[in-house]
Amino acid sequence: MDRRKYLKSFTVGAIGTGALLQSCAPGEKTSQVAPLNHDRTPEEKAHYEKLMSEKFFTEHEMKTITVLSDYIIPKDETSGSASEAGVPDFIEFIVKDMPHHQVPMRGGLKWLDLRCNKEFGKPFVEGSGEQQTAMLDQIAYPDQAKPGVEQGVAFFNLMRDLTACGFFSSKMGIKDLGYMGNTPNQWDGVPDEVLKQYGLSYDQRTLDISVKFDS
Amino acid sequence: MMAQAGIKTVLLEAGPMYDPKKNVTQMKWPWESPRRGASTAHRNFGDFDAAYGGWSLEGEPYTHKDGTKFDWFRSRMLGGRTNHWGRISLRFGPKDFKRKSIDGMGDDWPIGYEDVAPYYDRVDKLIGVFGSKENLPNDPDSIFLPPPKPRLHELIIKDAATSIGIPVIPSRLSILTKALPDNKDRGACFYCAQCNRGCQVYGDFSSSSVLVNPAINSTHVDVIANAMVREVLTNDEGLATGVSYVDKTDMQEYTVQARVVILAASACESARLLMNSKSARHPNGISNSSNIVGKYLHDSTGAAMGGILPKLIGRKRYNEDGVGGMHVYTPWWLDNKNLDFKRGYHIEYWGGMGMPGYGFGFGMQGLNGKYPGRDGKMKPAGGYGALLKDDYRYFYGATFGMSGRGEAIAREDNYCEIDPKVVDKFGIPVLRFHYKWSEEEVKQARHMKQTFAEIIDKMGGVVTWGNDGAEKDYGLEAPGRIIHEVGTTRMGDDPKRSVVNRYNQAHECKNLFVVDGGPFVSQADKNPTWTILALSMRASEYIIEEMKKQNI
Repeated sequence: MDRRKYLKSFTVGAIGTGALLQSCAPGEKTSQVAPLNHDRTPEEKAHYEKLMSEKFFTEHEMKTITVLSDYIIPKDETSGSASEAGVPDFIEFIVKDMPHHQVPMRGGLKWLDLRCNKEFGKPFVEGSGEQQTAMLDQIAYPDQAKPGVEQGVAFFNLMRDLTACGFFSSKMGIKDLGYMGNTPNQWDGVPDEVLKQYGLSYDQRTLDISVKFDS
Repeated sequence: MMAQAGIKTVLLEAGPMYDPKKNVTQMKWPWESPRRGASTAHRNFGDFDAAYGGWSLEGEPYTHKDGTKFDWFRSRMLGGRTNHWGRISLRFGPKDFKRKSIDGMGDDWPIGYEDVAPYYDRVDKLIGVFGSKENLPNDPDSIFLPPPKPRLHELIIKDAATSIGIPVIPSRLSILTKALPDNKDRGACFYCAQCNRGCQVYGDFSSSSVLVNPAINSTHVDVIANAMVREVLTNDEGLATGVSYVDKTDMQEYTVQARVVILAASACESARLLMNSKSARHPNGISNSSNIVGKYLHDSTGAAMGGILPKLIGRKRYNEDGVGGMHVYTPWWLDNKNLDFKRGYHIEYWGGMGMPGYGFGFGMQGLNGKYPGRDGKMKPAGGYGALLKDDYRYFYGATFGMSGRGEAIAREDNYCEIDPKVVDKFGIPVLRFHYKWSEEEVKQARHMKQTFAEIIDKMGGVVTWGNDGAEKDYGLEAPGRIIHEVGTTRMGDDPKRSVVNRYNQAHECKNLFVVDGGPFVSQADKNPTWTILALSMRASEYIIEEMKKQNI
C-alpha cells in the first residue's frame, strides 16, 4: 500500500469538506448544524432526522441564548463570537439529543427573565447593555454570588459550558485554539524548543529504540 | 488459519458488515458531528467511535440478581468489540498462568506461558505490535515494532514516577509504526490518534480489518451478517451439528450445518449460547453438567485520577496527536507478598493537546479562579467575555489523567446465568448477572489511588478529580466497565471444574470449541486481547490436526 497516496487523499478530503461547509451563504437562516457525512447506522440516521425535524426552544428562548452566548464568547482580535460560530444552533441540537439538559435550560432561561423583570421590568433580551451585564455579574461568578441567585449561577454554569464547548469544537473555535492535529504526519516527538523550555530531553535509549522516519 | 488450511468456514455475525475504509469516521472534525462527538445510546464511546452499541442495546436486555451490578458491553458488528479497544497488546507472563500456586487464590491454568509463547510470537508477526525490549520477569517482550517517542506530559510523568521507583516504559500497542513486511493490505500509522474510530489504512488491529477481510478474500470463508445465533444444535450422540439463528433482516429462523462449531461471541454471549443449547443429551446446556458455565466471571478492576499541571498552562502549540493511545505505561512493579492485596495492576496515562469535542472546557469555574492568568493576576472563578474566552486557550493542554487496570480474582460466586423469566426481542432467554467485588479488589483500588496521588504530587500537578475514599470504594469501577470480562467457560483438565480443555475444546462435546475470553482461568493485570488471539490460533491449529486425524 502506498501510504503517501493515502496521506494525499486525506488532505484533499479535508479541504473538500471545508469548502462544502463554507458554501452556505452567510446570514442564511438555515441551521448551522452540519449534515451527516460520516458512518451512520440506520438507527442513527433515523434518530438524527427525527431530532432535526423537531424544534425545542421558542424564538424568544433562542434569542436569549444567542445574546447570552455572545456575552460568554464575544468576538475579539483572534476570532468571531459564539453566534457567528453557530453555537445557538448547536445548543438547540444538543438539548434535543440530551434531554437531561432541557429542564435546566428552559427553566434557567425562565428564571433569568423573571429576575430581570423584577429588577428592570423587562425580559433579559430587552434590557439595556448595562442592565444585562449587571444581571450577568450577579450569576457569572459562583464564588462571589450572593444568596438567592444560586439557581441562576447553576444555569449560567451550564450555559457557559455549552457555549464554550460549542464554540471551541466549531471550525472557527478550533482555529482559534490552535489545535494542530487531525492531519496525517510522521510524529517524531516533542519539538526541541519545547523540550528546552521545560528543561527536558529524550535520553539516549529512547532515541535509539524509537521509531525513525526515512523522510 | 482455517481459511489457509482450505477448510470451508462460515462466520455468523450478529450485526452488520463493517469496514473502516467504507464506514468512515476517521479524520472527521468535531463540527461534522451535530453533537460534536458526544456519546449516544447508539455509540457509547462517542459519535465518531467505530463501535456500534454499548452497555445497553435496544430490545436485548440483561438482568441482575440480589441488587448486584454488572454492565455488559456489546457491539454487534463485524469485528465486534475489537472495533473499540485501546490496542494495548500485552502478553501474560509465566506467573499469570499459575496464580493459585503463588497466592492460593483462584486456580492455576492447565497450561503455562511456554505453551502459549510460540503463538504469541506468531500473533506478533501476523498482526504487529510496538514496544521495547525490557526483559521483565512477568511482562514478556513481544517481537516489537519500534515505539513512538513519549509526548510532553508523558516525559514529565516518566521523570516523576521513575524518581519514586515506579517504572514507566514504552506502551505496547498493536499499531503499525512501520508497515509489516509481506503485508500489502495494511499501511503504516499516520499518527492521527484515532484508532478508536477504525483505521482506513488498517494501520491498527481490529479483527474485521486484519483477520476477517483477508479470510473473506481467500474464498474459503463466508460471512453471514445480521445472524443472531439462538443455540448450538446437537445430535443423539450429543455432538454439535451446527447452529440455528434468526436473520435480523427478515426475522426468519435458519440453520447452518457444520462438522465443527466454534464460539467466539465474547465470554458472556458464548456462555449464554451454551446454557441456551439444551437437549436430551445436554439437559443443562452444552458442557455444563458441571454447572460451571457462566461461573468465575471476572472483569479487570479500574480506578482513575486526573489533574492539572500548572507548568503546562499557556503552552506552545504543536501537533501532539501521536498514535491512538498512550506512548508510555507502567507495568505492575511490586510483589504482592509485601502488600495487603493479592494481585497487581498496570497504569495507563493520558493528556495533552487533543482534539476538542463535546465536553471541552466544561467546569471552567473550577479552574480559572485558582491560577493566575496570562497577566500574572488572580481573578474570580467563572465569568464571561473576552477574559473568559482567553482562559480556554490558556488552560488548553494542561490537564492529564491516569488509570489503573488490575487483576480481579475469579470467584465461583461471580457469574452469569439464564434468567428464567426474561427473553430478548428474538425470543432468546437473556443473561442474569451476579457480581460483587471483594476486599481484594477494593484494597487494590486504594493502592492505585495512593500511587496516582504520589506520582501527581511528584510531577508538580494538582489533583482535580478522582480523589475518592473508602465511601466510594476508592473509585473502583462497577464490574463490566473495563470490558475485559473473561472466565465464564474456563479451561481445565478436570471436567467437573471446567468447561473446556486445554485446547479450548468443550469437555462434553468434542466438536465444539470456545475461543474468546471465556476459557480464561484468570485474567492477569493485562488486557486480554493478545492472549485471546494466541489461544485462538493454538485452538485452530489443534482443530485442523484433529480433523486430519478424523477425531472430529
